[in-house]
Amino acid sequence: MKAYIRGRTRAAVAGSARLWQASPLTYAVLIFAIVLSAFPLYWMFVVATRTNDVVGAVPPPFIAGQHLGDNMRRLFDNEQAHFAKALLNSAIASAVVALSTVFFSSLAGFAFAKLRFRGRNALLLVIVATMMVPVQMGIIPLYMVMVHLHWTGKLQAVIVPFLVTGFGVFMMRQYASQAVPDELIEAARVDGASTFRIFWSVVLPALRPAASVLALFTFMQTWNEFIWPRAVLNPDNPTVQYSLALLNSAYFNDYTLMFTGTVVATIPLAIVFVVFGRQIIGGIMEGAVKA
Amino acid sequence: MALDVRPTAPAGAAVAPPGRRRLRTRLSRLDVSLSPYLYISPFYLLFLVFGLFPLGYTFWVSLNHWEMIGDHEFIGLRNYTRLLTDDQFWNAVGNTFGMFVIATVPQLLLALLLANALNRKMRAPTLFRMGVLLPLVTSVAAVAIVFTQMFGRDYGMANWVLHFFGVHKVDWQANKWSSWLAVSTMVDWRWTGYNSLIFLAGMQAIPHSLYEAAAIDGASRMRQFWKITVPLLRPTIVFVTIISTIGGLQLFTEPLLFNNGYMNGGSLRQSQTVAMYMFENAFNRFQYGYGSAVAWMLFLMILIFSLFNFLIIRRLAGGEK
Repeated sequence: MKAYIRGRTRAAVAGSARLWQASPLTYAVLIFAIVLSAFPLYWMFVVATRTNDVVGAVPPPFIAGQHLGDNMRRLFDNEQAHFAKALLNSAIASAVVALSTVFFSSLAGFAFAKLRFRGRNALLLVIVATMMVPVQMGIIPLYMVMVHLHWTGKLQAVIVPFLVTGFGVFMMRQYASQAVPDELIEAARVDGASTFRIFWSVVLPALRPAASVLALFTFMQTWNEFIWPRAVLNPDNPTVQYSLALLNSAYFNDYTLMFTGTVVATIPLAIVFVVFGRQIIGGIMEGAVKA
Repeated sequence: MALDVRPTAPAGAAVAPPGRRRLRTRLSRLDVSLSPYLYISPFYLLFLVFGLFPLGYTFWVSLNHWEMIGDHEFIGLRNYTRLLTDDQFWNAVGNTFGMFVIATVPQLLLALLLANALNRKMRAPTLFRMGVLLPLVTSVAAVAIVFTQMFGRDYGMANWVLHFFGVHKVDWQANKWSSWLAVSTMVDWRWTGYNSLIFLAGMQAIPHSLYEAAAIDGASRMRQFWKITVPLLRPTIVFVTIISTIGGLQLFTEPLLFNNGYMNGGSLRQSQTVAMYMFENAFNRFQYGYGSAVAWMLFLMILIFSLFNFLIIRRLAGGEK
């Protein structure tokens, strides 16, 4: 009898969906959350398309105006913000840091996952330990290092210290150890390929999925970096985020100018997000990535 | 695993003079033994120069009265003893922890709720996930600028919404609680969706048979959430909490821009965080030694939490197997 009941209920449950169906309430909660998420972005855009009268309007206007072009012109003509230069600086820094992080992390990740050498485990442990140290708290002496190198105010100051990260190495190591079969590497070795050749033509192609997630996150992170550029760069050679802060302190009443700046600063990342959203979500959910 | 497989010489090489063959073998042996170290060295070099050295050097600087670069005097732990009686420092510590608590508690609860809503069979799940992740595309600086406008006293959206509920104009920057609340809102807006996706990943790993069994026993969904989902999600919750702690203790950009770029966090230092106080000492007052002492105190606070993090995660990982 008991067995019969168990069999029946199991059959009944198995017949139902594996996950609960979303109820209208669920959709309502989610849509509300998305509206809250999107609204400040939308508001940013609305203000960027209007004149400064908008700031005093009650109720605030919720529909875009026609002054985006004017505001853009004001933004790029502004002599204190150096906005065009800032965009270029951020683009260069983010691209170089992302590419270099992916390259060196893949190289080191491959070594840790697939090559045999003395001290491998201890060295890997060092990397894991460095991931727990918030290095940005060392910015005072890092700044002093930059003074000695005569790098203050120069773009390499926001690039070179971040060319490869412990997090990147660890992530690629984890991925390489399960994505690259040993047989493949051995076969290439037997064919007389050098270690670097094996990395370049056998391992790197296999690491592509993880490498692209790492590249996306590193790019976004570098683009959004604020505290270090603010400390080490000069106001006349800023990155985008620093330039926003310059606008913020010099023109804190000129909202349309500042908001136009935030819109322009956000557009590149919004494009990345729309094109690669699926990979980004996958990366976050695999727990491998902390932004 | 084993990669000491020596490359066997190709058939054609047999005719090559033995000297050249030996050279090739030696080269490839060198390649096998040295390459790994070569490949991992960039990270260690970079970390040594730009990570480890600065950290150690901060400690040395913190033991000095160090006003401008090159001009300093060793004073032992006096910067630290001065810190312990520095009201401005403790004010910053209080602000940091205050904002951290106001920001993190609702954030994690909301993220749990959102994750639970996302963990359903629905249309266009990717679209909904992207929707809640939307805030992540904006930079902290942009978020701070937009929200500071929204929290404006006279024309801000927040006060406009609140006046429908009979709340009179709040001067958000003016006092402690309101500025903490405003800064916390920025943090929450940016991170809630991201954390909910991490929770969602944890929820998806919970075997569904548990819910089936509970449903057969007549447990309501509410009960299932509190008795199954939350306990089994504990490792994820611990992880997210600690990640949020590390981020929260370093809070800097949001309160800075909320005060129009002033490092003091308002005239009464209402929203100055420890990171801002460090920055103020080092880069505005040029007291590198004292600023470094602040940095080390902050670093110690974070280190204690990170260690806690490491121990817990290792223990949980060990428990799983």
